[in-house]
Amino acid sequence: MNENNIPDDAASSDSSDPEQIPLMQRILDNPFLLLVLGIAVPAVFYIIWGIIEITQIPIAD
Amino acid sequence: MSSLIDYRTCPTTGLKVDRAAEKLIKANAVAAIVFLAIGGLFGLLVALTRWPAVHFLPADMFYLALTAHGLDVLLVWIIFFEMALLYFASAILLNSRLAGPKWAWTGFGLMLVGALITNVAVLQGKSSVMFTSYVPMMAEPPFYVGIILFAVGALIGCCVFFGTLVLAKREKTYEGSIPLVTFGALTAAIIAVFTLASGAIILIPTLLWSLGLVSHIDPLVYKTIWWAMGHSSQQINVSAHVAVWYAIAAMVFGAKPLSEKISRMAFLMYILFLQLASAHHLLVEPGMSSEWKIFNTSYAMYLAVLGSMIHGMSVPGAIEVAQRSRGLTKGMFEWLRKAPWGNPAFAGMFMSLVFFGFLGGISGVVMGTEQINLIMHNTLYVPGHFHATVVAGTTLAFMAITYILVPLIFRRELMMKKLAMWQPYVFGIGVAGISVFMMGAGTLGVSRRHWDMTFADAILPFDYPSAAFLMMGLNGIFAVMAAVGGLMYVVIVVGSVFFGKKLTDDEKPSYPEVPPESAAVSHYGSSESLKIPGTAFLVGIFFTAFVLYYFVNWKYLSEIWPLS
Repeated sequence: MNENNIPDDAASSDSSDPEQIPLMQRILDNPFLLLVLGIAVPAVFYIIWGIIEITQIPIAD
Repeated sequence: MSSLIDYRTCPTTGLKVDRAAEKLIKANAVAAIVFLAIGGLFGLLVALTRWPAVHFLPADMFYLALTAHGLDVLLVWIIFFEMALLYFASAILLNSRLAGPKWAWTGFGLMLVGALITNVAVLQGKSSVMFTSYVPMMAEPPFYVGIILFAVGALIGCCVFFGTLVLAKREKTYEGSIPLVTFGALTAAIIAVFTLASGAIILIPTLLWSLGLVSHIDPLVYKTIWWAMGHSSQQINVSAHVAVWYAIAAMVFGAKPLSEKISRMAFLMYILFLQLASAHHLLVEPGMSSEWKIFNTSYAMYLAVLGSMIHGMSVPGAIEVAQRSRGLTKGMFEWLRKAPWGNPAFAGMFMSLVFFGFLGGISGVVMGTEQINLIMHNTLYVPGHFHATVVAGTTLAFMAITYILVPLIFRRELMMKKLAMWQPYVFGIGVAGISVFMMGAGTLGVSRRHWDMTFADAILPFDYPSAAFLMMGLNGIFAVMAAVGGLMYVVIVVGSVFFGKKLTDDEKPSYPEVPPESAAVSHYGSSESLKIPGTAFLVGIFFTAFVLYYFVNWKYLSEIWPLS
């Protein structure tokens, strides 16, 4: 194991074939940004929009 | 701090295993399997009652069994197992200690107490409101209290998972991005937070209503918010079982995804859009506009379906690349023919992938189309669809990874290896049969949640075509087969966990084979190869089936509702 607790054989194979991590992916590696998106999108498009539609149904006389 | 943590090193994968996380994985997995056994038994009773020639239970017991079945397998089994997966994908795969093990035990305790309270409430017979518990049907207060406690416990488990991600990053236990399997678990955890919050929003007022403290719950508001929990909870499953597919591909073959970037984008599609598919349960509600229905179930849901199709190609593609790199390059399918079909982890995973895609995926898109939905809304087609996604997809994938986790986490040799080899086939084919025949009966109009398909005591009689009765008989036969497969799983796992040969800390298990390349499961990296002719051919078959089935259903619709 190396200092980052990654098995040596795997770490060495990674270092021989380094892969650039793009900016987009680094942003998406932020779990809390993803959490906000994962709650906001369905909350807006499914729940809030749906409840607005229900409130607009006319009440029967 | 980390020097005070009790670790062991896995002799197979080289991963550092926090013993506190290990104990929590064991506890959650054992609880999951106990509730699978209970829920599965109720499922068998439901299927035997729907089998017209048997018609096993009286009406009141049928609705009780249906409620308990839905609750125990759709919610309790699955979420307990997902908690085990979250701790595995965070603490173990990131070589980290678990954040707040005491909180994790508190969450586990709440989930267990909640599940027991709701089960007792159902078994007392006054809460046979089915899993959906639509108002104005009212259950006893403990029914709602139990589900709320269970949800709070699961939410604590999700917080522990997020905390562990933060801890692992801060303590630099991994380099670069988190592994893809952990990213899949993160997707599941995010969807779980939305799901559990939605459950709390609607079930707390419903509890107050059942206590007489609130006078009225609007049925449509209830239905809308409840399905944000009820359907999204099944989307946690999808994300979790796709993560399991990638994990098994890595642990059995050392396979890396074809492209990390594309697989992560597919998971992002899930995070953004998968939960919107909840709207398909409201497609015939006159109070909701077509814009809301079509945006949620078509435009947005199709983006999530695109994510599933990417995973459906990426996982077998990764396996094909790994197999071809070992010299299995003859023709299009030598890599697949010579795959370890006797390894229950691989066999279960591959069948899960095929059944989820061909049966659950295609039928989900068909059902999510507003117009075609009219043919099958609230028929047995719906449980047919979700038995393909949740049982043939999720449960089979979870069963498959159990065969790897028992030796690696429980440190016991797997017992009854011959039985284990057959188990995924018996269970998988049984469940696929249930799904196909329920969907067949649903297409012929047989309603879901109905005790007697003959309508024997109805004032206005109605006769289904005789083919519908045949379908329900076949459904019963395949349900018995699936129950046998489920029993085999419980016997093998419980037997191995309690009576299997103990493995010492540095001893490698002999079965199923987990090669040293399995360490790929805990690392970022793509195979960056697209030499996957076999997978491309299988994808072609999938698209052909997809297009044919989609348009056949439009033809059915035109026959039912002629416009000329």
